[in-house]
Amino acid sequence: MNIIDRRLNPKGKSLANRQRFLRRAREQIRKAVREASSGRSITDIDGGEGVSIPMDGLHEPSFRRAAQGGVRDAVVPGNKEFVPGDTIAKPPQQGGAGGGSDGSPDGGGEDSFHFVLSRDEFLDLFLEDLELPDLEKTNLTKTENVAFSRAGLSVTGSPSNLNLVRTMRNSLSRRIALKRPKPAEMAELQAAIVELEESGDNPEMLSELRLQYQDLLTKSRRVPYIDPVDVRYNRFQAVPKPISQAVMFCLMDVSGSMTEHMKDLAKRFYMLLYLFLTRRYRHVDIVFIRHTHTAKEVDEETFFYSTETGGTVVSTALAEMTRIVKARYSPSDWNIYAAQASDGDNTSSDNPATLNLLYDSILPVCQYFAYIEVGAEYKDWLGRESDLWRAYKSVTADNMAMRKVRSRAQIFPVFRDLFSREGRHVEA
Amino acid sequence: MSKRSHDKLLFTGADWTFDKVMRVHDAVAEIAHGELGLDTYPNQIEVITAEQMLDAYSSIGMPLMYKHWSFGKHFAADESLYRRGMRGLAYEIVINSSPCISYIMEENSMAMQTLVIAHAAFGHNHFFKNNALFKQWTDAKGILDYLEFAKTYILHAEERHGARAVERVLDAAHALMGHGVHKYPRKRPFDLAEDKRRQRERADWFQQNYNDLWRTVPRSENAFPEDSEAAERKRALGLPEENILYFLEKSAPLLAPWQREILRIVRNIAQYFYPQKQTKVMNEGCATMVHYTIANRLHDKGLIDDGTLMEILHSHTNVVFQPGFDDPRFSGINPYALGFAMMEDIKRICENPSDEDRAWFPDFAGINDAWGTLRHAWADFRDESFILQFLSPNVMRKLRLFHLHDQAEAEDMVVKAIHDERGYRDVRKTLAKSYDIGALEPDIQVVDVDLTGDRRLILHHRVADGIMLDSLEALRTLRHLANLWGYPVRLVEVDGKYDDVLKVHDDVEPD
Repeated sequence: MNIIDRRLNPKGKSLANRQRFLRRAREQIRKAVREASSGRSITDIDGGEGVSIPMDGLHEPSFRRAAQGGVRDAVVPGNKEFVPGDTIAKPPQQGGAGGGSDGSPDGGGEDSFHFVLSRDEFLDLFLEDLELPDLEKTNLTKTENVAFSRAGLSVTGSPSNLNLVRTMRNSLSRRIALKRPKPAEMAELQAAIVELEESGDNPEMLSELRLQYQDLLTKSRRVPYIDPVDVRYNRFQAVPKPISQAVMFCLMDVSGSMTEHMKDLAKRFYMLLYLFLTRRYRHVDIVFIRHTHTAKEVDEETFFYSTETGGTVVSTALAEMTRIVKARYSPSDWNIYAAQASDGDNTSSDNPATLNLLYDSILPVCQYFAYIEVGAEYKDWLGRESDLWRAYKSVTADNMAMRKVRSRAQIFPVFRDLFSREGRHVEA
Repeated sequence: MSKRSHDKLLFTGADWTFDKVMRVHDAVAEIAHGELGLDTYPNQIEVITAEQMLDAYSSIGMPLMYKHWSFGKHFAADESLYRRGMRGLAYEIVINSSPCISYIMEENSMAMQTLVIAHAAFGHNHFFKNNALFKQWTDAKGILDYLEFAKTYILHAEERHGARAVERVLDAAHALMGHGVHKYPRKRPFDLAEDKRRQRERADWFQQNYNDLWRTVPRSENAFPEDSEAAERKRALGLPEENILYFLEKSAPLLAPWQREILRIVRNIAQYFYPQKQTKVMNEGCATMVHYTIANRLHDKGLIDDGTLMEILHSHTNVVFQPGFDDPRFSGINPYALGFAMMEDIKRICENPSDEDRAWFPDFAGINDAWGTLRHAWADFRDESFILQFLSPNVMRKLRLFHLHDQAEAEDMVVKAIHDERGYRDVRKTLAKSYDIGALEPDIQVVDVDLTGDRRLILHHRVADGIMLDSLEALRTLRHLANLWGYPVRLVEVDGKYDDVLKVHDDVEPD
């Protein structure tokens, strides 16, 4: 009898099947992911997601008998009171949905299928849905830390990095090339010599074999088993790594003129930015700052769902952000990103102050500052620029970008636009 | 392994170790081989985690399997149910191979491991090795190698012909898997010498039994009106053929060799599982009977303590629980319960029969060789014949079985027979029939190919008891079939008794 411990076998044996399944159900899952992502809060996009997808295309048909009709006989246990000839009322047919066996071949109305996507699968599908540009090319990271990664082999190194396999392979090929005598061959020869020595006949043969043996011995001494030439070490290379923490500032105007629709657009944009950052950084903080004529740091719930009345003074939000950066997020330790969403209203007299703040204290510390002007869907924006837009347009910093968004459909293109390599400059 | 006489216990405590498992295995083997006379393949016990158990579930219990999305789907579904606590995991999975592989879970307590070893590594193992169906249809030594081959073959096919193309063939093959088994031993190839011998025998017999009277009986003009061309065509194609996958593999005109090989792989795997479908009650009954007896014997010999026995019996009772038809937990007859009850009763009849038993089972009542009788039953029967032969009135009374007759047109269901003197045989016959795989699965055969026309493939479903095919399912399956065949496919549902055409499914074209 054998007992084998399989517990340490590599996990995810069915991963290949799962990938095939996800590929098969790609369309349905993408749709489900799209729906799921609209209902979630920003930070909890991180967890896995249970999704339900319709069974179309995932159904495995076979010839089987219909559930109804015909004559059926069954034997059932648990008789308490029946005698032969008794009748029992048939259980009621499951109305509607249950009897849907005679539908169309590509029929809907079937059970949906519920399962859990892992975080990575969810994000992959989500980001794929966004069609984000190649993020690697976006030069957003500061490099200060280094990490070591494998970089081939070298002939020098510390003994702990010795690559045994490669070393032995080199040694073997060298021994073959230089015809180093094999130990088995030598042992054989020696055995023959011993045999001849014992028997004593054929002394010529004996001396010849001795000479041969001597030859082989010299040769095997000359060609060592392992030569320094053979030795290889694993080489490691220092690779710069981005600072692994980032903070994301969400600034939003919550004055009365911001409608639910506008906030929804803003939320979607923040969500994407958050996702993007979490893929780049190990740790991402989010700071929500909302403002009317005063600004305040709040939690996510308040940020999106509570309204406030008041005027609109954008500089207060920027000042608040500056204060928080100074207090908690030192630019030398943190990658700072900011996204501002507004309908573009600002008290005209506040514009110079806003610009000053932006130039002096925000842009120098930020990796990237994005301004999203959200508008009502129906409004015609052509030809009319808001106060804030006009003010921001004059900014010519590289790490500042601004876009207008009117409908949900624009969010993804605009996001892509902002984070693609080109198009970081202002355009209408 | 020396044990002190005052402490013979194999283990104490709930935690299991390899050492304990080994000791329990040896002790169980001693009882199984020595006392019960079981004959098993060598055992290989593998410890796995819950996740690996889920893995094993999804690839129909086999340790290695080719890759297909449907396994991923089952895994996702099982995992979701398991995570939400809607379903527990099996304690074990056992594979009909030599050596016989039993998976045990690391979460199980030592008592559970004991139960599982007795149940799977000896009960199922004995059944796999000795049952005639398994002997005839499965090759326990070769199955793992074959699966390894299948896995590699399909992987290479994916590399060479693209995952999509392979998936298409596999999808179609899976849809027809239920109709990809040989139910009878294969026809021998035509043998001239044999045929001549038979012909001579027939002639001799005819001469010996010649009676001039038969000459005077009027003969019908054309007893077999089938034209010879059609007969020749059917003979050449080996029709009618109920193994649809086999027919496609051999005769489908457009398939590439690798596609035929994939059909063959799916067919072989279906064939491997075919005996398991037919012996659910017996297989589980056998394993349950074995673990129950062994657990009690271990306790009698002082090898396990009372607590362990109680834990084992607790699980055992759960497993053989049979709720009545009006219980919300009822979902058909529990094969463990039925099998165990019948086998317990066989034992009782052998050792302590009543007059009724003597009348019903004259050949083994009171012969006092319970395990010999059981071994015989395990070796030579399948569920249907086992129930037909061995279901005793006592078990019917105990389970309070009754026969329910349901006619689609009638308003109510009728109780045809119950567990009484008049009803025993009826109940037994009906129950046996409900385990007859030939009666459970629709009888679908490839009957003809329109070779002169558009190469249409024609299938017949011989409808039994007026139960038609689920038409949506049939349509989808036919589409897969048409894709393999390459030309249109027609399915006709024919009444099994009167040959009336009940329904013709629309011709399905390949897409």
